[in-house]
Amino acid sequence: MAISEGKFTAKEIAEKPELFLSGHRACAGCAPATVLRLIMKAVRGPTIVTNATGCMEVVSTIYPYTSWAAPWLHTAFETAGSNASGIEAALKILKKKGRIKNEQIDVVAFAGDGGTYDIGIQALSGAVERGHDFLFVLYDNEAYMNTGIQRSGGTPFGASTTTSQAGTAVPGKLEQKKPIADIMVAHDMPYVATAAPYYWKDLIMKARKGIEVNGPAFLHVLAPCPRGWRSDQSKSIELSRLAVETCIFPLWEAVNGDYQLSTPSKLVALAPQKKKPVKEYLQVQGRFRHLFTPKNEKITEEIQRLTDEKWQRLLKKCGMT
Amino acid sequence: MKSVVKQEVHGLNGDEAVALAVKQSDVDVVAAYPITPQTIIVEKFSEYVANGEVETEYVCTESEHSAMAACLAASATGARVFTATASAGLALMHEMLFVTSGCRAPVVMAVANRALSAPINIHGDHSDSIAERDSGWIQLYAENAQEVYDSVLQAFRIAEQVDVQLPIMIGLDGFTLSHTLENVQVLADDAVKKFVGTRQFPAVLTHEGKTAPYKLDPDNPMTMGPLALPNYYFEFKRQQEEAMKNALKVIEQIHDEYAKISGRSYGDGLLEPYKLEDAEIAIVCLGSTAGTVKTVVDELRSKGVKAGLLRIRAYRPFPAERIAEALGKVKAVAVMDRSMSFGGNGGALFHEVRHALYDLPTHPYVVNYIYGLGGRDTSPSQMRKIYQDLQKILHTKRVDDLIRYVGLRE
Repeated sequence: MAISEGKFTAKEIAEKPELFLSGHRACAGCAPATVLRLIMKAVRGPTIVTNATGCMEVVSTIYPYTSWAAPWLHTAFETAGSNASGIEAALKILKKKGRIKNEQIDVVAFAGDGGTYDIGIQALSGAVERGHDFLFVLYDNEAYMNTGIQRSGGTPFGASTTTSQAGTAVPGKLEQKKPIADIMVAHDMPYVATAAPYYWKDLIMKARKGIEVNGPAFLHVLAPCPRGWRSDQSKSIELSRLAVETCIFPLWEAVNGDYQLSTPSKLVALAPQKKKPVKEYLQVQGRFRHLFTPKNEKITEEIQRLTDEKWQRLLKKCGMT
Repeated sequence: MKSVVKQEVHGLNGDEAVALAVKQSDVDVVAAYPITPQTIIVEKFSEYVANGEVETEYVCTESEHSAMAACLAASATGARVFTATASAGLALMHEMLFVTSGCRAPVVMAVANRALSAPINIHGDHSDSIAERDSGWIQLYAENAQEVYDSVLQAFRIAEQVDVQLPIMIGLDGFTLSHTLENVQVLADDAVKKFVGTRQFPAVLTHEGKTAPYKLDPDNPMTMGPLALPNYYFEFKRQQEEAMKNALKVIEQIHDEYAKISGRSYGDGLLEPYKLEDAEIAIVCLGSTAGTVKTVVDELRSKGVKAGLLRIRAYRPFPAERIAEALGKVKAVAVMDRSMSFGGNGGALFHEVRHALYDLPTHPYVVNYIYGLGGRDTSPSQMRKIYQDLQKILHTKRVDDLIRYVGLRE
């Protein structure tokens, strides 16, 4: 599999035309909007975008307005994978029949955690199994934010959402976040990676790799949501950095199933003393506020324990133990 | 008829007739999921793909929901698209059927009509597609394998017509048509190619202010499937209704155009009346049952009974005015529903036919027969009995039971 180095200079990126335009209705501090803008900077040429129902679809295409300077299709919540399949199949045959002039048209699918972990996983899994050539981007804000912060399979353990509320009897979500990127690696797909918008060059490079690879690619981007995370609007990008530094959301790539840590996480692996305690990440988010009471102390300890355990497992997969 | 093209007789069942018509129609993408009694369609098509007989991307999706989503997306990208399903598969597509018609994607689908669970049953009835009557799809129902073949060819033209741009489903009765071998007159590949042509696109205004073909095209970026709030949503829906009205004309036009080259016609393409002109009593039905009814009509006519039949070929758009014209002089009508609207005081076809007659100065008696659910056999003797019931109504001037069940243990 040939993957380009995918290296860009800041100047080159700045000079590329915007395909996700300003004027959309995303909330202040919305990291998913930043993620989309950055990824649309990574495209190599003509690109068709499909978007699952969710925040980004809603804020960017309120008729008769649109933020999309690329051709864009939305059909339903669970269809990012199946739409990408249909678009890619059509492009392939229309090109073969000479009905499309463009040499190369890439396909990018965007979906939130609901459209990926939960309702969209079947269509995604099917599309990957069939080997369609597309990049699937999961912008993970860790709950159904569009409908008002309901828990998803991507909501982390302990978080309070409107359907996993922290009350006197239940301390927020009792289940763990589904390891979606590992599930995708288990599909034996050519390229899977995780990314966070603080490390924007890493993010753009990975998106580009995902586009260039032949066959399906999956990019899992942690995308803080100040409304749902009950966090400071000005801290979204910083939060994505803290998630990496605490190893709650390590950055890695799996090329043909081979895991490799990306530089920001590799630095933590090489200097374990730099690994920050998860409390630093949790305490700046209102969704975890209830954990900082004597009664729930054990839960934060459990989150730390689980994070360490998963990090060790990842290091092992990356051959770094 | 000089314009009739040379044809060849093939022994085909309904499903094979669909697959052959699709093969001849230069379809770009087929995305489908197998389900009885549609499976032969996708199997046969897979054989064409395997033998390099078609230039088609064949996507074996992991569900019918994904099949329809992939079809819609492929259609939006500019491809000519086909799929097939039945029963639970159509029900699983339900959400996407509305999105497909709302996005104005001219997807063509064969529905091998089958009962819905529970209890699970693989046999023929119309519960599946009648439940989708409000999904914004054109619905045609065929009487035999020949009409299945002819209708699929016409379907691409109807759906893709620029002032229609709606998806279309062709109903063929599960097993009765899908699995029964018939002689089918088949057009030559080049005659079909000439008839179906290439896909047409309406010109629309993009957000950049350019006029461009309505499809996903990097040179003319377009946002398809946006969010429309209460200030715009309603207009989108009204436009779909307008497209359905246009379809009423287009179905007829394409049917006539096809009749010229094939020598075959089905009434006006919307309705097929059979010995209805002077009929006093008539049955109204969809699909293959019409074949059985025609035999009984012939038999009754030979005995001097003024019996007739109105087969509805186009159920959506519903040709209400034509139905009123066709049934206006009939004295008693039995509407046959092969599906149920539980608690609905009769079946869907019954409601709509009766409604179509409401504004006539004088109405015939209109009664409803629910029949053939889950593949229950529909026999000539049952049809004879229905005509006898109608005669009794005329004689007594009284309707005892408005809704009746055919061949049911009670």
